[in-house]
Amino acid sequence: MVAFTVNEVRRELGVDPNTPLLWVLREHLKLTGTKFGCGIASCGACTVHIDGRATRACATPVSLVEGKSVTTIEGLSPDGSHPLQRAWIAEQVPQCGYCQSGQIMQAAELLGRNKTPSREEIVEHMDGNICRCGTYLKIIRAIERASREG
Amino acid sequence: MTERIDPRTTDLSRRDFLAAAAGFTLALTIAPDPLAILGEDAAGAAKAEAALSPNVWLTIATDGTITIVSPAAEMGQGTFTTLPAVIADELDADWAKVKPVFPPEWNERKFGNPGYDNYAFQTSASFATRGYFKAMRIAGAQARRVLIEAVAAKWGVPAQELSTEPSVVVHKATNRRISYGEIAGFAKAPAELPKIEAADLKAPASFRYIGKDLPRVEVPLKVTGAAKYGIDAQVPGMVYAAVLQSPYPGGQPETVDETRARQLKGITDIVRLPEGVGVVGTSVEATQAAKNLLKVTWSDAPGAHHDSEKALEEFAAIGRDKTRDGVPYESVGDAKAAMRSAVKVYRGEYRTRYLYHAQMEPMNATAAVSPDGKSVEIWTGTQGPTSLHNQVAKLLGVERTSITLHQHFLGGGYGRRSQQEVVIDAVRLAKAVGKPVKLIWTREDDVTGGKFRPMTAHHIEAGFDAGGKLVAWHHRVVAESVAAYTSIANGTPPPPLDRVVMKGSPIPQYPIPNKLAEHVIESRGARLAAFRGVGNAYNAFAAESLLDEIAKDRGLDPIAFRLTLSEGQPRMQTLLRAVAEMSDWTQRRDARGLGVGTMVKDDTLAAGVAEVSVDRITGKIKVHNFWAAIDPGLAVQPRNVAAQTEGSIVYALGHVLREKITIRNGRVLESNYTDYEVTRMSDVPNIEVKVVSTDNPPTGAGEDGVPVVACAVGNAIAALTGVRLRELPFAPERVRGALGA
Repeated sequence: MVAFTVNEVRRELGVDPNTPLLWVLREHLKLTGTKFGCGIASCGACTVHIDGRATRACATPVSLVEGKSVTTIEGLSPDGSHPLQRAWIAEQVPQCGYCQSGQIMQAAELLGRNKTPSREEIVEHMDGNICRCGTYLKIIRAIERASREG
Repeated sequence: MTERIDPRTTDLSRRDFLAAAAGFTLALTIAPDPLAILGEDAAGAAKAEAALSPNVWLTIATDGTITIVSPAAEMGQGTFTTLPAVIADELDADWAKVKPVFPPEWNERKFGNPGYDNYAFQTSASFATRGYFKAMRIAGAQARRVLIEAVAAKWGVPAQELSTEPSVVVHKATNRRISYGEIAGFAKAPAELPKIEAADLKAPASFRYIGKDLPRVEVPLKVTGAAKYGIDAQVPGMVYAAVLQSPYPGGQPETVDETRARQLKGITDIVRLPEGVGVVGTSVEATQAAKNLLKVTWSDAPGAHHDSEKALEEFAAIGRDKTRDGVPYESVGDAKAAMRSAVKVYRGEYRTRYLYHAQMEPMNATAAVSPDGKSVEIWTGTQGPTSLHNQVAKLLGVERTSITLHQHFLGGGYGRRSQQEVVIDAVRLAKAVGKPVKLIWTREDDVTGGKFRPMTAHHIEAGFDAGGKLVAWHHRVVAESVAAYTSIANGTPPPPLDRVVMKGSPIPQYPIPNKLAEHVIESRGARLAAFRGVGNAYNAFAAESLLDEIAKDRGLDPIAFRLTLSEGQPRMQTLLRAVAEMSDWTQRRDARGLGVGTMVKDDTLAAGVAEVSVDRITGKIKVHNFWAAIDPGLAVQPRNVAAQTEGSIVYALGHVLREKITIRNGRVLESNYTDYEVTRMSDVPNIEVKVVSTDNPPTGAGEDGVPVVACAVGNAIAALTGVRLRELPFAPERVRGALGA
């Protein structure tokens, strides 16, 4: 039995403690906004927050989140109105969109501790998140917009 | 992308009408797909009583909601917005009231792409907007006419006196107005729908949405995690599966030691597949772990002996050996004779390596087969609903109408999701275990089981006459045939020409009087597929590199040389001048070089200029700026054209800097993003794209940045260092070696 909080709801699950958090979220809790990309913490598609820290859910055994608070893209804001989500729409960032949950969660961590990141700080923080459609420049613009518009 | 690409004529041909009119005699009210991906409201609204379906493409509910069928796959290229916008424009619909849906049935006669001879549901080769554009306009105009005639009859006024504003019919003379929703409350589609002539279509000056920028309809779903991809399918009672695939095509499992795999908790079945072994169980993680514990030996096949680096050397030698004739792809004049009489002949050799699509969503499919085996339901995101239906029908021996496909958004396509082998394996496994099965490939499965952009060797000769004119061009491409591979996989006869590999080789932007582009086909047993940018990418790398070498030898400016070569091609000349201006081409830079490249793909033109520097110690290339100009004919959604061009430049940058697939003893050596290194944010230059919309039919814009990247970057490095890089990728060790550092 593993007990933790997901998007402010307490969960107790009888799963193997070694199960990656990713599959617990996606297949047990049906929170499919968090995506499977590489399975080895190399692409960032599965990025969630664990007690506020951006973490790759694919390489995190669920036992490690015992007693902790997990936030997924579904819980970032109640109605999709987080400044980053609004900026992502304003800049029309997503193409296929598959990586964007992870991109937004990664960016949210940055803005959480640095409200006005420089372009260099954005690139350094986001470099572990792959977007194969090539929306990187739009991601940068959206983060800058969210930083500006709050 | 290997389908018969047979663009319609620019006239309103009979075929255009077939597509728009296929449903006329059926005059159905469409019940939209219950999986309406924009949410329940769209489906609910369209099911409202007294909804009007003027033709098969759209349904107008009494609340004014207009549900429009969008038949193409949405993989980020934006057709889920673009195609409905074309209908909405001619319909004169209020865009805020439009709800796109995927086709309620995968019936090519109703919703297939009229650009293909077989009306296939096949989204590739930038062919969705190109193929559907005219049919969509006709469908929208026809629906508008139905509305107008219904109002004319009700009000007793001549139809000619009625006009429309967004979602409203207006009778100016009596100052009366009625909304489309209100019309849907009383109107019925006539048994014989009105015929639409070219003159009935809007003049471009009247377009409301075509040529303007609409926000893409599915973007809000993609920032909240709500957008559903195939991998997100949740089917009651489903189990999970992983498949250990043969390392090479044609390998069949000979011995299977499943002892250790069976011992894992949650593993229920191990199923032999034609070219793999499936592991079925109650969780994703159990099936993935068990798959790795299988010990399997595979039967021999030609691909088992493939060594890609060795083969590439062989390809280069074959390229040089002109006793080996290729399959002529395009021939103008007599290139061989003109070359013999040329006073100066330039030769260039170039090489490219296998590339992996690396779409972010690993290949997956969920399938449920009925107990009698006679019907099947499939949840996936596919570029090819037609090939999916054909292959599944053949596999199960059922009618296509027994197949229910739930189309999803695609987590990247780039050509990869035109292939159906994962769908087929999911169906096989679901049938074998009698339960719905969700088959997910791991990233490692996706890389090692990838279907690659072919490796290529190019040998080009360019002959000049005594007057200094380029009179002969002979491009030999040595490569495996993607078209042949794909045809065999799809069970269709191979086409005579490989339009995937050879596209772009005839360089129509340069009307040289004698040209020959030929494909010397080799076979090594690799898995291949169409790949974003297709042959244009490597053919432009080769051709534009040689042109730069020629310009340098003749002391000509690379852009001025190309402007001369493209005389009589004003569209290309406009783009060349545009990128020259954008890049401030004649302005010298300290420690940075500029390079140019162009391409023409299916009548879409592009040019690009790269600004690069090289770290001579590490061999690392940095692209600082990239300027591109694209002429896709009429740009139906210009901002989206720019986004696709920018994205495809970023996509191609990885191909140039690092990406390669290596096959040794039939095994793919790369396995994940750690050793297949795609473009990351820190690699990306400033990119500026100019969209030059022209008075030509829309010819596609999904991949046209790709071909201009490798050539422009290579040319920039040559301009900066004097060293010509002839092989992709321009990996640091190769650059170091070339620079003699």
